[in-house]
Amino acid sequence: MAEVMVLVDHVDGEVKKTTYELLTAARVLGEPAAVVVGAPGTAGKLRDGLAQHGAAKVYVAESDNLGDAFLDPEVAVLAALVGRVNPAAVLITTSPDGKEIAGRVAVRTGSALLGDVVELAADGTVTHSVFGGAYTVTAKANTEHPVITFRAGSIEVEAIDGEAAEEIVEVPSIGAAAAARVTNRLPARSGDRPELTEATVVVSGGRGVGSAENFEVVEKLADSMGAAVGASRAAVDSGYYPAAFQVGQTGKTVSPQLYIALGISGAIQHRAGMQTSKTIIAVNKDPEAPIFEIADFGVVGDLFTVAPQLTEEVTRRKS
Amino acid sequence: MNIVVLVKQVPDTYSERTFDESDRTLDRESADAVLDEINERAVEEALKLKEAGEGEVTVVTMGPGRATDAIRKALSMGADKAVHLSAEALHGSDAVQTARVLAKLLGTLDHDLVIAGNEASDGRTGAMAAMVGELLGLPSLTHARKVEVDGRTVRVQRETDEGRTDLEASLPAVVSVGEKINEPRYPSFKGIMAAKKKPVSTLTLADVGVDAAEVGLENALTSVLQVTPRPAKTGGQKVTDEGDGGARIAEYLISQKLI
Repeated sequence: MAEVMVLVDHVDGEVKKTTYELLTAARVLGEPAAVVVGAPGTAGKLRDGLAQHGAAKVYVAESDNLGDAFLDPEVAVLAALVGRVNPAAVLITTSPDGKEIAGRVAVRTGSALLGDVVELAADGTVTHSVFGGAYTVTAKANTEHPVITFRAGSIEVEAIDGEAAEEIVEVPSIGAAAAARVTNRLPARSGDRPELTEATVVVSGGRGVGSAENFEVVEKLADSMGAAVGASRAAVDSGYYPAAFQVGQTGKTVSPQLYIALGISGAIQHRAGMQTSKTIIAVNKDPEAPIFEIADFGVVGDLFTVAPQLTEEVTRRKS
Repeated sequence: MNIVVLVKQVPDTYSERTFDESDRTLDRESADAVLDEINERAVEEALKLKEAGEGEVTVVTMGPGRATDAIRKALSMGADKAVHLSAEALHGSDAVQTARVLAKLLGTLDHDLVIAGNEASDGRTGAMAAMVGELLGLPSLTHARKVEVDGRTVRVQRETDEGRTDLEASLPAVVSVGEKINEPRYPSFKGIMAAKKKPVSTLTLADVGVDAAEVGLENALTSVLQVTPRPAKTGGQKVTDEGDGGARIAEYLISQKLI
């Protein structure tokens, strides 16, 4: 059975959940083989988790010299493995780093690149959801060992035992001239709220929130539900909320179980980032706001009375 | 310093974007076409670097004849000249093919620094700068929110959701810029007039040494099988708040087992 390579996404000795999504997806094509690139000892910490999610093999590419390297080790290790093992596919998470690694591995190995897929079938056909979910597109690779990036949250993780047989692989040396060096790293401070793109519930505010201070109403509802907070472009452009939380065509694409839009009119720009949410709730003063066209349940009213009441109901129900 | 900026004309994200029914490619005719927003920032950064030292800014695009509008915009912002690779055969090229063509095209131009946007709003591959860098054997410093050139060294503050990483590399190098790098200038009337006289060279595949059999839909490394519009989502219940709006949402969420 052909191997399907999965690049393990890890930070500080902890594996990201998306890695388990990839291991689950890999099983339809062949035997999942996890590839760990990191400092010595990394694979040892991750092995149990990988074994519990079906990794038949774990390629261990560890080196002391990765400190100032920037994505080159991952690219070099994967490209070397593609050449040697001829895997059925290489799976990587859709993230800024993942996309770059995938693109570089694809051009280095002459492989097809299938980006941001949400589904992988046994015959190798992939499904993309594009233009903010307005279209579903199926595609296939015309080369061997396609490199596929997977959208986080698109696969339901299934635990299954795997052998996780370790194999040490060398980290190829990187030509200094062709490499960028890392001179400083400042990891993002993770807040108490879930990651926007991974959250099962997202509560977003728009222009109707009116000010940065008023966003507290959005945050309070989000916190009562353990939700992530999002914002429309209008709210971000008005300086109400930081750009990192923008949902929409030029921001994040989210697809949570529940999306609550407060004071958001629902321009195409915003809908493109959230219309594949399973259930959409909208609160807006304007009964003609386009957001109501896609909302499963809409309330025409003032968000400053509706949202706090909902927060109270949710809190009461939990206690 | 020779700065080359990669730009792309895309369908406006505020317009309805569709696919061509015959060959399942993006329908570039039906939507309003604009210079991709992130590219304006790439052009702006190139102009700033030029203004801080010296050099020449060349704008490069590959795309249909209409892409000249995007070139004009960049030139009216202040870029010195433009190169437009246009060929029927390119239609339907995928990301890997596009990277290969851009790398060949860049090979015909003097370049110390190549600047691109971090991700186009249509294809969203989000890796073109890295792929082109890989093919040219150049370092790629991506998602920049700050770029500095000091002699033959380029330094970039890379910012993504994961945090900030400071990178440096020797020139020549490829840089991609993120949303927060700068605010692009508006072309002045003078700039718009001057742009009309700036040189735009139109190249063919042969000019850059690309064989038509390597590019386009027929020769792509990936094939689109089917394009299905998502069934239009229809609105559900809509109620007017009569003092119980929040409670009614809670009831709905309970009935759907969401809380």
